[in-house]
Amino acid sequence: MTSARITFRDTQARLRALLPAISLVAVLVPILVMQPTVMSYFGSSLLLNLAVPIVLATLAQLAIITVNDLDLSIGPFVSLVACIGATLLVKQPWLGALALAACVLAYAAVGALIELRQIPSIVVTLGLSFVWSGLAIVLLPSPGGTSPGWLGTAMSYQTPFIAAPIVWSVLIAIVGHILLMRTSAGVRIRGAGGNPRAMRRFGWSLVRSKATLYGIAGVFGVLSGLSLLGLTTSADANLALRYTLLSIAAVILGGGEFVGGRVSVIGAVLGAITLTLAASFLAFLNISADWQVGMQGAILIVVLSLRVLLQRGERQ
Amino acid sequence: MKSQTSGEALANNDTAWARLKGIQAPWAWSFVGTVLVWFGIVGIFGFGIASNVAQTALTYGVFMVLVGLGQMLVITSGVGNIDLSVPSTIALAGVVGMHAMGGLNGQIGLGVAAALGVGVAVGLANYTLIRLLRIPPIIATLSSSFIIQSIAITQGRQLPPPPPALGAFATSRLLYVPYIALVALALSVALAVLLHRAVYGRRLSAIGQNPRAAWLAGVNVHRTRCLAYVLSSMIAALTALLLAATSGGASLDMGVEYMLISIAVVVIGGTLVTGGKATIVGVWGASMFLFLTNAALNAVGADAGVRSIVYGVLIIAVTVAAGGKPAR
Repeated sequence: MTSARITFRDTQARLRALLPAISLVAVLVPILVMQPTVMSYFGSSLLLNLAVPIVLATLAQLAIITVNDLDLSIGPFVSLVACIGATLLVKQPWLGALALAACVLAYAAVGALIELRQIPSIVVTLGLSFVWSGLAIVLLPSPGGTSPGWLGTAMSYQTPFIAAPIVWSVLIAIVGHILLMRTSAGVRIRGAGGNPRAMRRFGWSLVRSKATLYGIAGVFGVLSGLSLLGLTTSADANLALRYTLLSIAAVILGGGEFVGGRVSVIGAVLGAITLTLAASFLAFLNISADWQVGMQGAILIVVLSLRVLLQRGERQ
Repeated sequence: MKSQTSGEALANNDTAWARLKGIQAPWAWSFVGTVLVWFGIVGIFGFGIASNVAQTALTYGVFMVLVGLGQMLVITSGVGNIDLSVPSTIALAGVVGMHAMGGLNGQIGLGVAAALGVGVAVGLANYTLIRLLRIPPIIATLSSSFIIQSIAITQGRQLPPPPPALGAFATSRLLYVPYIALVALALSVALAVLLHRAVYGRRLSAIGQNPRAAWLAGVNVHRTRCLAYVLSSMIAALTALLLAATSGGASLDMGVEYMLISIAVVVIGGTLVTGGKATIVGVWGASMFLFLTNAALNAVGADAGVRSIVYGVLIIAVTVAAGGKPAR
């Protein structure tokens, strides 16, 4: 009797871990049925074209959710990076690189400040989002600019056999997973989210952990902004505003929790790809443009309800 | 607002400065800021322009007050509680209200009821998602806002203009004070009574400070929190009607800027972001402060980017200065 219950519980735990993959398949299969050409090299690269910057922004958000914080400024930050890339990085590459480095340092400093003063990250990053937007508008008052040549070349690089966005996403997922889940530094950093008090008593500096994670978020934000610029070839201060909410949704869709440092890099990458595909999925379904946003909300709610159902089963 | 007088309970031999520091009035700083900025405007542009600016602040700054009041209730109900559906609620309530009124003076009451009904429905839906799915409020209100936005888009075509009487109401003044400001004032007084003189206010503070202790003390945590979300959405709906009336018609994006602003005025006003302590006066002070700062920057020729940077730095500086819970 007990063994049956244990296997049942095991199945549910496994199902829950597989939920990000299942939701991806649930979106992907109907697309493949409706449009078989999506399977081709060209089709898949077209469909997932914008996935890479979203995946990178999601990992930036994941770094911050790992320490139980939330970043409301990642969208404006990605836009700012794209604006820096389209203006300074083209005209004065050194100044541009310096500006990007300063942005990452600013992120790390904010992380340290949040821990030192014990202030809510939501409010601080809300303030930051105004700062990033403002800087982006000052740099680039109207949409325009050009992408540096090397960036365009890098983003249009054709990988053999499998389309580039898929290759990049898989690479990012594997590297991120190894760094966060398999290295001792990664464990320490996750500990800062899981049990900060224990970490402090062990003598690890929480300020340093938070600064590191915010810095990592800044690095991923920079990568996201640059890859986005490479794809769009021109920038705009409002280019990536929706990334803030998209990245939070992707982390949660990928099995991340808001508290306790429970996150999954691979899940988050799958979540980001699912959300990217969801838009095309709705377009293929011929759902009117009016309802596209609403359906994304509905998809989010459905997946989260599934998770709650599985969780409830686990507890019983 | 009882805590403000606690400074006077200090011993007599205390210095004036210690007394000043003992006064627990985080809302006072936003007023100091407001007055300073206003005198700055007087100094640079003269009294005539400054009084004009003050009057505009009483119209357009009041929208910030309104959305801030709703957000304040939600934030006070505990850590992590936040209402991101304010802009989409404004969009939907504006659209539904205008349709119900049909541009006729006789149907204003119907339109107000319909818009407030939208508010109640959105608030209940938000809390149902939070409660049943056990998802963080930020994701729940975000998901619902997507759906609300879509509903608003489908209903947003061929909108009748606001009835003439409503438009006239929104733009008239009583002794230089716009009626809109009086509406907000009346609402603030009502909320102040609710928060400081009614059982509900005590319950809301209790669940914001420690939900478990409040639950053990017999407070119905879910009902209390649910009401905060419903009130927030109803206030957003009211804001939608006033916005539509002032600007001569409802539009789908008229609430967009209020998502971040509503949170900003609550924080700058001195409401505890971790919940449990609200200040209505602070929301007014912060709204006026932000509006006047914006106007002053505008007047000296700063562009949108610089204004945004100043906003952001202000929010961060206030939060850092206020600090949070001491590390345990």
